[in-house]
Amino acid sequence: MTRLDHVFREHWGRVVASLIGFLGDFDLAEEAAQEAFALAAERWPTDGVPAEPAAWLVVVARRRAIDRIRRERALREKVRLLGVLERVDSGSDRGGGSDVNLDNLDEAAVGDERLELIFTCCHPALALEAQVALTLRTLGGLSGQEIARLFLVSEDTMKRRLSRARVKIRLSGIPFAVPSASRLPDRLDAVLAVIYLIFSQGWEEERRVLAGEAIRLGRLLAQLMPDEPEVHGLLGLMLIHEARRPARVADGQLVLLADQDRGRWNGELIAAGRMSVDRAVALRGSEAYVLQGAIAVLEVEDPVDWAQVALLYERLFALGGSPVVRLNWAVAVACAGDVARALEMLDDVAGSLEGYRYLPAVRAELLRRLGRNEEAAQEFVRALGLAASGAERRFLEGRLAQADREMVDPTTPRSG
Amino acid sequence: MKYAMLIYVNPHSWDGLSEDEAADISRQYMDLGQDPRCLGGEQLQGLETATTVRVADGKALTTDGPFAETREVFGGFYLFEAGDLDEALDVAARIPATWMNGSVEVRPIVERPAVVES
Repeated sequence: MTRLDHVFREHWGRVVASLIGFLGDFDLAEEAAQEAFALAAERWPTDGVPAEPAAWLVVVARRRAIDRIRRERALREKVRLLGVLERVDSGSDRGGGSDVNLDNLDEAAVGDERLELIFTCCHPALALEAQVALTLRTLGGLSGQEIARLFLVSEDTMKRRLSRARVKIRLSGIPFAVPSASRLPDRLDAVLAVIYLIFSQGWEEERRVLAGEAIRLGRLLAQLMPDEPEVHGLLGLMLIHEARRPARVADGQLVLLADQDRGRWNGELIAAGRMSVDRAVALRGSEAYVLQGAIAVLEVEDPVDWAQVALLYERLFALGGSPVVRLNWAVAVACAGDVARALEMLDDVAGSLEGYRYLPAVRAELLRRLGRNEEAAQEFVRALGLAASGAERRFLEGRLAQADREMVDPTTPRSG
Repeated sequence: MKYAMLIYVNPHSWDGLSEDEAADISRQYMDLGQDPRCLGGEQLQGLETATTVRVADGKALTTDGPFAETREVFGGFYLFEAGDLDEALDVAARIPATWMNGSVEVRPIVERPAVVES
């Protein structure tokens, strides 16, 4: 990315949010923003980047949009936009008219409506995949083409998905607003779920840009909602997981947490993640993301207090946790030393995790640690059949070979 | 905006309710009808009273009952005025069918603008 691309990406969300707030229309806002960014690309390289780039872009885009509405005011479908003209013409809405001096802008005058935007994009009346796409497009500034590539769908499919979502927002009256206090907890959960989904889609190396986007969104949300513990919990969780990325795969093979080279972890991200989790705890957060953030923090300590990790997983499970949470809880119990109990815990959830690719892998690992190498080998083979990535396959193949060796020679020392 | 609240009921959802419970549910439906934002609404007679009409080659074909057996039956509707979808969804969540094994579909009404003067 060039420096100008960076400036654009940084301001896109804010500019589009402000335009939607002003125009009340996603399509028109995006068109106007695109025109303003195009003009900036033309002018800024010679004129220099203005002191308040977001304000400059918003004002230019508003003018373009107003011109367009005037030109097309006879068109029926733009009828709802005539209210914008009324406001502008009566002078009740400042900052959009041609009287504004582009060289002397006040950033505060254009406001920050990104929080409204994120709640609109993540409205539960939209399908989850549409929420994700719309958030990445509108707040993140990713192109439809880029999002299509990241989610392995055709450009046409993504275009339709985005356009259907915008139409539904308009026709069904999804508000451009921060939800009222009574609705906020549920709606915030929906926003956090979208951000976390984007983050987990970025786990694979080829899609790591999604993890970066999710962290950007998490930081933005933490800045806009500084008193919500779950927001900080999620941000901390993401930062610490991202910090461990460089050590997660070595020589094309997946590396377990306990075997990861800590020197390759990103210390800056870990420190930032710790701060976020500390803040969440200070705000008396004790919900799912705060617990997961706290677990992530514990897991990067040296040595890891696995008993404490197991305790937090127990609490997480008590919040209505999924069988996957129980699986992770079992892993923590095993790491804390009680491998036999961990195996029993897995058997409890085996039915509901049928086909979940990590179940046989974890079972295999526990069996191996108990010295039941023959059963372990069978589970490793099963896990291999479900493995998703090359790194995962190579890890399992390594483990399988080890289990085979230990079957032959039980004196081979067992590692990790 | 105007929203239609299409109420789908489970035909057995009233089975086994005490008289008081049934009266309470009815009262909740009545209260919604009395809400100042409510522009209208009706309850439909049961599925056994339905007659289906189709026209093929200009000839009306009339059959008894609904076309397909379904678990949820369209039982009635309200028409509500609401500021936005969130307000409409809050209203919908107060319709008893939503927690009596039924559901409510919220659909905006097509707004037909008056002829535009340019």
